[in-house]
Amino acid sequence: MLKHRPQLKHLLNRVAWYFATFLVAVTINFFLPRLGDANPVDVVMAKASSNLDSKAAREKEESYLKEFGLVQVDGSGNIVRDGAGKPLRASLLSQFASYLGMSLKGDLGTSMLQHPKRVSDIIGSALPWTLALQLPTIIFGWVIGNLLGALAAYKRGVFDRAFYPLALFASAVPAFCFGILLVYVFGIRLEWFPAVGGYDDGMIPTLSWQFIQSASYYYVLPFLSVFLVVVGGQAIGMRSMCIYELGTDYVKYAKLLGIKESKILLYMFRNAMLPQLTGLALALGAMVGGALITEMIFSYPGLGMAILTAIQTSDYPVITGCTLLITICVLIANFSVDVLIGFLDPRIRAAEARST
Amino acid sequence: MKLAKGLFKNPGFVVGFVLFVGTLLIAALGPVLSKYDETTRVGLPYLPPSSEHLLGTDHMGMDMVAMLIAGLQSSLYVGFLAGVVATVLGTLIGVYGGYKGGWLDDFLTAATNLFLVIPTLIVLILLSSSLEEGRSLTLIALLIGCTTWTWSARAVRAQSASLRARDHVSLARINGYGTLEIVLLHILPYLLSYIFMVFILQTATGILSEAGISLLGLGPYDSVSLGKILNDAKTNEALGDGAWWAFMPAMVLVTLIAFSLYIINTAMEGVFNPRLRK
Repeated sequence: MLKHRPQLKHLLNRVAWYFATFLVAVTINFFLPRLGDANPVDVVMAKASSNLDSKAAREKEESYLKEFGLVQVDGSGNIVRDGAGKPLRASLLSQFASYLGMSLKGDLGTSMLQHPKRVSDIIGSALPWTLALQLPTIIFGWVIGNLLGALAAYKRGVFDRAFYPLALFASAVPAFCFGILLVYVFGIRLEWFPAVGGYDDGMIPTLSWQFIQSASYYYVLPFLSVFLVVVGGQAIGMRSMCIYELGTDYVKYAKLLGIKESKILLYMFRNAMLPQLTGLALALGAMVGGALITEMIFSYPGLGMAILTAIQTSDYPVITGCTLLITICVLIANFSVDVLIGFLDPRIRAAEARST
Repeated sequence: MKLAKGLFKNPGFVVGFVLFVGTLLIAALGPVLSKYDETTRVGLPYLPPSSEHLLGTDHMGMDMVAMLIAGLQSSLYVGFLAGVVATVLGTLIGVYGGYKGGWLDDFLTAATNLFLVIPTLIVLILLSSSLEEGRSLTLIALLIGCTTWTWSARAVRAQSASLRARDHVSLARINGYGTLEIVLLHILPYLLSYIFMVFILQTATGILSEAGISLLGLGPYDSVSLGKILNDAKTNEALGDGAWWAFMPAMVLVTLIAFSLYIINTAMEGVFNPRLRK
């Protein structure tokens, strides 16, 4: 049946492939942080046990061991013990199995440092900030960068000669250098904008007018620091795509036929856009993890800050929760691009049909 | 030779080349020219620039010029080592897969694509945060090299797969040359300029990745690097104190290296790929 439906086959093929990739990513996410010998329970206990006697401390430790899935648990939820009453440690493999089960259910566990807090709650309160910072930046940057790039390729001359080195520089400057520079010049020296944070101290995030005003004031610098880099990168890509298209036979032929300039441009633009669209989808997928360092520089209350705090305090459940989320977003974006390109690009469709 | 001449006629390449050689010279000659080293305290924290300390002191009272030179050396070292590891891995996997084909190629391509979509920075963060002890500069460079090779493998594979069908390669095969000889004599020479470009980009990636993870506080424990200087400045309030000398020069250096490598690569692409030359 699949033989006659190359598109369905393509889709199923991709689904299987990305599911395998997801499993590998989850495996990496589980095993890498456990390479070191840091035991989360020791960390929590160091904090929690200071004013407890030894019996209470042991009970507490055992409840933590159970919570982080480090001991074997029988069917009714009791800890399995050896002859001397000590809890039996769960093997790494069975820990992995329970981790897999929990992740598939969307349960990311509990934070070690902010203890009773769920990792999903921490992510939930950080994610909107990251999205608010990244989504408009990427979309505006993408649109403006592509327009400028196409313009530079089409006009050439003075505009291109001034624009190209600037765009090259903007895309080559590491985003974090740009961020630090903005913080220092506009935040600290000139005091035009607040240097760090996402909103005024003492405010509680709500949807009030006052809060939005404060937040948008804090928004300017982080926005700029990502925006210019995106514009530069997109413009360079679009410029070279357009220059390439300008030299192709179909454009020359169309010119010889005397087709209107604007119509040729439209054809050209459509062809040059395909890789740029792919770039947009991938950028949107990388969005969640893309601003880690920018957020850290601006102490912006997003996912980047959450990861940074977690790294500084070795809060593994939070680190792996965030990294898992970032990886999943990247995978989803790649998957969508793969599937869409498979449907949009006739060459790939033909290749898929041939290989059947 | 003709190619080299063509390169030096390209203004972008010349600018990039001069900038990059400049940073290399600073790293090489720095220790001779600087009076201090990066491990001794020479004064109070955050002393402003003076004739004694051209770029002032850092939060510990070390001479900033000495710190920058040491940091530049480490960053270049990380970049080169990571670049070599990533390029060698990528080239081996790419050339073998592209030329040989077969089940091993299928496997390698699948592995490459798999690691291509798993975000590198995330793997680096996970690895570095679990290696609390023993996170040396060399180890970080190796980690970066081992996580960033994927796109060069994919690029090299595509190139060598297209060479496979060329007449001179088929001729060599008919004449009974072995795989190793064909790859060394008839495939690699055609890929050299390409591999060199890959190496340049991988080096830039290595330097930027190190700076990134050092900024997150996951830098090497055993040396000063440009990213670590930035992280120290950030965590010790250099920005709030207005101590621009503690971070601005390091930023300029990172930007210069990245920018110079980047325009060298872009210029080489323009020279080697005549379609973009017009």
